[in-house]
Amino acid sequence: MPERKLTTRLNAVTGALALLAALVLLPPSRAAGKLQIMTATTDLAALAQEVGGDKVEVESVARGYQDPHFVDAKPSFLLKLKRADLLIVVGLELEIGWLPPLINQSTNPKIQVGAPGYFDASRFAKILEIPTGQVTRAEGDVHPLGNPHYWLDPENGLRIAKGIADKLSQMRPADSAYFEQRYADFEGRLKQADQKWLEAMKPYAGRKIVTYHRSWPNFAEHFNLNVVGYVEPRPGIPPSPQHTVELISQMKRDNVKVIVVEPYFDLKTPNSVARETGGQVLVLPPSVGGEKEITDYFKLFDYDISRLKQAFDATH
Amino acid sequence: MKKFVLVSAMSCLGFTAYAQQAPPAEPVTPLAQETRMKALEDQVRTLAEEVAVLRGELNAVRDAKSPQSASDARVLLASSHLDPGTLVTGAPVSPASEPSQLPQTQAAASTQPQTYGGATSNAKLLNPDISLIGDFIGTAGHNIVSPSRSLELHESEVGLQAIIDPYARADAFISFGETGVNVEEGYVTFTSLPAGLLMKVGKLRADFGKVNTIHNHALPYIDRPLATNNLVGGEDGIDDAGISISRFLPAPKDWFFEGTAQVFRGDSSTLYAANRREDLSVVGHVRGYRDLSESTNLDLGISYSRGHSNLGTDLGSNFFTNLYAADATLRWKPLRRAIYKNFLLRTELFWSARDQLSAVNIFETQHAFGMYTSAEYRVNRRWTLGGRFDRSGRATSANLTDTGFSGILTYWPSEFSQIRGQYRFGHLALGAPGDFSNANEFLFQFLFVMGAHGAHPF
Repeated sequence: MPERKLTTRLNAVTGALALLAALVLLPPSRAAGKLQIMTATTDLAALAQEVGGDKVEVESVARGYQDPHFVDAKPSFLLKLKRADLLIVVGLELEIGWLPPLINQSTNPKIQVGAPGYFDASRFAKILEIPTGQVTRAEGDVHPLGNPHYWLDPENGLRIAKGIADKLSQMRPADSAYFEQRYADFEGRLKQADQKWLEAMKPYAGRKIVTYHRSWPNFAEHFNLNVVGYVEPRPGIPPSPQHTVELISQMKRDNVKVIVVEPYFDLKTPNSVARETGGQVLVLPPSVGGEKEITDYFKLFDYDISRLKQAFDATH
Repeated sequence: MKKFVLVSAMSCLGFTAYAQQAPPAEPVTPLAQETRMKALEDQVRTLAEEVAVLRGELNAVRDAKSPQSASDARVLLASSHLDPGTLVTGAPVSPASEPSQLPQTQAAASTQPQTYGGATSNAKLLNPDISLIGDFIGTAGHNIVSPSRSLELHESEVGLQAIIDPYARADAFISFGETGVNVEEGYVTFTSLPAGLLMKVGKLRADFGKVNTIHNHALPYIDRPLATNNLVGGEDGIDDAGISISRFLPAPKDWFFEGTAQVFRGDSSTLYAANRREDLSVVGHVRGYRDLSESTNLDLGISYSRGHSNLGTDLGSNFFTNLYAADATLRWKPLRRAIYKNFLLRTELFWSARDQLSAVNIFETQHAFGMYTSAEYRVNRRWTLGGRFDRSGRATSANLTDTGFSGILTYWPSEFSQIRGQYRFGHLALGAPGDFSNANEFLFQFLFVMGAHGAHPF
C-alpha cells in the first residue's frame, strides 16, 4: 500500500515537472524581419502603414465600421498581440472597456503599458474638449482627458505619423532613414491633399451641422464647420424623446440641415429628425475602413468631404 | 503537487529579473536634429496655444466671481484651440463665443485658495482606479427551500486596480455584504514573465468553468444557477488564496487554446476545507476559442478541480471532492450594430464526486450531476431578454434533484446603471426523494457603478 502511494506521488511529481517543462520550453512565436505592429483602430493602422511601408506589418483590433468604445476583447486578438513589437493606442480612455485585459493577457512584455512597445498616439495630437471644472457622469460617458476622436484632423494625422516614424526609427535604427523618408513623403502628400480638402470645404465655411455622437470636433475645427447639436442627449446616452424635440426645434431655428451619423449608430432617430426638419441624414465614417473604398487615411477625408459637399449642396 | 507549485513559482520569480528591456539608443543624425528642431517648434506653438487658452480661462474665472454665475452646473468642454472664441461648447446650444460668456461653469468652484498646491493633486495621479458597484436585490414570492430576504443591498463591491510596476498589475475587489466584508479577489498579475507565462498570486476566483469566474454584478441574471449553489460552492464558488499560471497552448489554425493550472490553500465556502497545510486544492482549465465569422464565435472549456471535502469536521483530510466541468458559449454580435443587437447562448455541465461520511457505511462517494443553459438577446440599446434552465443534483445527496427556469428582462439607463427583473420558478427537492416544493419568485435588481471600473475579461 505505501509503495503504491509512493508511485502515485512520483507520477504526480513527474507529471507536474513535465507540464512545467512543456510550458516553459514551448518556443514563443517569432516573426522575422518585419516589425509587427498592432493598433487599436484602423486610422492608427493606416498612419503606421504610411510611415512603416514594407518594413512593417500592421493590423488593427477594431474595424473601421465598429464603435471604438465597444469592442469585444476576443481571445483571437491575444495571439496577434502576443506577436506584436509595437502596440499603438488612441488613448484618452477610448479603449478603457476592452484593451486593458487584452494587454494584460497577451503575456507580451513589449507592449505592456509604459513599455517601449506601448505607443499612446494621443500624446502627439492636439486634443479638444478637455473638460474643466467638475466632471461627473451626469454629462454621460465623458472622457475626462479630452475628446478621443482626434485623428479626424489631418494636422493631427501628421503629428501622429511623425511620432510613429520616430518610434520606428528608435526601434529599428538601421532603417531610420527609410522611415524618415516615408514620413517626409507622407507629409508632402498629406499637405497637398489638405490644401485640396480645405479648398473643397471653403464654400461651406461656418456651416452648421448636427452629429450623432461627439466624434467630430477636430474635423469640424479643421474644416471650419460648426457642430451645434448632437442626437445623443449626452455622450453614450441613447436619444430621448424630449431631447429629440429640442434638437428639432433648435435645428429649425438655426436652419441646420445636415445630420452626420457614424456608421455604427441606429438611423431611426436621425431619420425622424431629418423628416421633421427637412434635413438630410448623412452616414459618415469617422474611420478608415468605415466603407469598403476607404482603404487609407487620404481616402477617409476624400470620402467624407465629398459626401459632406453633396449633402450641403443638396440641402441648400 | 506542492513541489510543482514551489518549482513553478520559483522559476517564474527567477525569470522576472530578465524581463526588463534596455531602451534602444537614439541615433543622432543631422536629419534627426532637424526633426528635433521641428518638434521643438511644434512644442513652442502648442505651448503658446495653451497659454492663450489659460488666459481665456483666467478671464473666465475672474468673471465668474460675479455672484449670478454659480447656478449652472454644466461642465464646460474647453478646447486647446488658439482662440477661445471658437470653443465647441458642451451641450447642444448655439455656440457661445465670447470669452466673457464662459464663466457659467464649475470653474468658479476652484477659485478658493489651494493651500496644498500641486503636490497633492499630482499624488492623486498615482492612486489606483477606484470603483464601487452597488447591487441591490429584492425578492417576492414563495420559496421554502432557499428563501432570501425581501430587500437587501446584496453587496457593495469596491474595486481598486492599478499598475504596480513595469512587470505587474494588481486588482482588488472587496465586497461589503449584509453579513460582513469579504475580499472577493485580491491578486497581483505578473504580465512580463518569460515563456509566455501569466501568473496571478493572491486570492482569486478559480478558473473553473465560466460562471465561477464572473462577479455577481457582471452575471446576466440576478441569482446564480442552481448547479453553482448545489455543486460548486454557492455564490462565492471556488474562491481561495493561491497561485495561478496560464499560457497559450499550441493550437490548430484559427483556434486559440489556453491552459491554466492553479493551486489553492484548499478552503472554499461549503465545498473544500483544508485541515492541514498539505490539504491544497487544485484547478485545471483548458479553453478553446474560435472565431466562426467576424460576428460569431465559439468558446469551449473543460475544467477539473480537486480538494478536500468540507465536512464541517477535521476528518476532511481523507475525504476528497472531485469536480469536472465542461462549458460552451456561442456569441453573435454584428460589429456594425454591436451596441443594439447581440445574442449569447451558454451551457455548463458539472459533475461532482464527493467523499463524505455515511451513516451506513461510514464512508461514501456521492456522484451528482448539474447543468444550466442560458441565453441572452439584446433587443435594442437599452433592453435585453434572457432565460435560463437549471437542473442539478445536490453534492451531498445526489438523489435529490432541483429543477428550475428563469425569465430575465434587463434595462440599461446607461452603461453605468442597470435595472433587472427576473421571474424564477423552482421545482426544488425536499428532504426525501420524490418530495418536492414549487417555488415561484420575482426578483428585481438595481446595479450602479461609481468610478472607473476596469473592463471585465471577455
